[in-house]
Amino acid sequence: MLEYALLAGLVFGLYFSLVGLGLNLVFGVMRIVNLAHGDFLMLGAFGAFWLFNLYHLNPIATVFIALAVFGALGVPLYYLLVPRLQRARDPEMLSIILFFGLSQVIEALATVGFGPSERSIPGRVLGSGPVHVLGQTFPAAWMVSAAASALAVLGVYFYLYRTRLGYLTRAVMVHREEALATGIDVHRVSAIAFGAGLALAAIAGVFAPFMLGSATPAMGVDLNIQSFAVIVIGSLGNPLGTVLGGILYGVSLMFMQTYFSSWANLLPYLLLILILLVRPSGLLGRQVRRA
Amino acid sequence: MPRVLRHTLLVVVPVTLAAALLPLGYSNQLLLFNFVVFLTLAQGVNVIYGFTGYLPFGYVGFFGAGAYGFSLAVIHLHMAPLAALGVGALAAIVLGLLLTPLLRLSGAYFAIANLAAALAVYQVVSNPNLTEITMGPYGISLSGVYHPQLSYAIAVAVMAATLGLAVYLRNSRFGLALQAIREDAVSAAMAGIDVVRARTVAWLLSALVAGLIGGVFAWYVSVFYPDTVFSADFSIFAIVFALFGGVATVSGPVLGVLILYGIYNAIGITTPQYFQLIYGLLIMGLVLFLPNGLVSLFKRWGIDVP
Repeated sequence: MLEYALLAGLVFGLYFSLVGLGLNLVFGVMRIVNLAHGDFLMLGAFGAFWLFNLYHLNPIATVFIALAVFGALGVPLYYLLVPRLQRARDPEMLSIILFFGLSQVIEALATVGFGPSERSIPGRVLGSGPVHVLGQTFPAAWMVSAAASALAVLGVYFYLYRTRLGYLTRAVMVHREEALATGIDVHRVSAIAFGAGLALAAIAGVFAPFMLGSATPAMGVDLNIQSFAVIVIGSLGNPLGTVLGGILYGVSLMFMQTYFSSWANLLPYLLLILILLVRPSGLLGRQVRRA
Repeated sequence: MPRVLRHTLLVVVPVTLAAALLPLGYSNQLLLFNFVVFLTLAQGVNVIYGFTGYLPFGYVGFFGAGAYGFSLAVIHLHMAPLAALGVGALAAIVLGLLLTPLLRLSGAYFAIANLAAALAVYQVVSNPNLTEITMGPYGISLSGVYHPQLSYAIAVAVMAATLGLAVYLRNSRFGLALQAIREDAVSAAMAGIDVVRARTVAWLLSALVAGLIGGVFAWYVSVFYPDTVFSADFSIFAIVFALFGGVATVSGPVLGVLILYGIYNAIGITTPQYFQLIYGLLIMGLVLFLPNGLVSLFKRWGIDVP
């Protein structure tokens, strides 16, 4: 029981790191809250579902398609929305409302296009039979999803710490104005980070039918809250802290589901509030409290 | 003419009279009631977001607390509806007090934490383990106290009081202090404003407004489920209506409700997904092109709007 909760928590934790990663990257670089994050995730899930059903395409292949499509979509979307938003008086607050509007548009289009019903992909597509780890058995699809999540996190690490673009991205994260003053093309760096954020959301979405059971056009809202919980526990604005947050969240979720299952839904909200109140600025490197 | 009187005559009196008299000639009282509810909620959001600068993304928490405070007082304590409204208001105030530490957070952090708090309250209220106390997910039925005429009248009174509150904030030293906190809390403190006290009062006032109208809502509809009164739509609609018209004014939220909720009732009920689409596009256009709301257009033309 205990070992199972712990291991399943790790598996889900890795997946939840991926779920939160894109949101945190966007927040870290642009200081805007992408409230449509969960909806891009939903689009990734539906992409995987349709490509599998129409062309029998393996979801692993869909990951690369999602990366290309949503990465390419993110750049024009950035130029369309963000520079204009940043000229307003309070961009951080208005971004919540702007991206809420975007999430409504996406959700409405998805409902019109896909219908409101639940969609799922059989788990055997990602690998057959249960996998035994340390005496516990898990579906193979979980292990594949967790491994893919870990790879995606490593990819983001490589991008941020081993490439020149990542170096510039971190400069913008630390101080936008100074980065601008040293001649960094802040808009270009931000646009690429925005595209990467959307692509990460869509990749997480590809695995959503396996990890979360099914996909519906309205799934975005819940996922947003979970993503927020994950990235706030880790460290807002620091994408790699997300891994810590994801694993902590995954493990505590599994423990709640094992021992207090009827109250498990309460967990993300309580964790979110507690962490914000107890350690609001400690890990964040940024003032989030007034007076 | 003093500005308070002018604002009262221009906005509070006509809106209240219209709400009070329209049921005599128009039979869809439920529609009018919903307008009254949203007029009140939009002004409640105006108090805490428009004047003070905190975006209450989980505003519905207070509405739901009010509705459940009212209903549980009627069910368990067999209170008269008017007294039970006091319990509903009290429930919202208590929730507001519990959440005051959130006011230490700023910007998006506050909005997210507030949203999480509202969802947490919803999860507790609708938890099947608490069915004996809150009726859990099975909902509330108050057919014993159902009284549409009286509850409608009370709703109009709550709305009028809330509009009066907005007029007061628009024209008083306290309202100015709140706006100073919104612009720059540190400078406001330097200017001698007790920031913590002022923002707490604004927060509790806005909670009180939502709690009262939530209680009246429960009374008026008398049969509802937890996800009816904790629906995120209430927060979002109230925020968007207020923003659309223009916050930190009296007339802005009123205009926003009349226009947007009017559109909602024209197309939203028959084809919700198309309304959601138009609504989303409208919100995006609003934030990008008119972030200060409709009334900012009038201000640009040099007209002093209430």
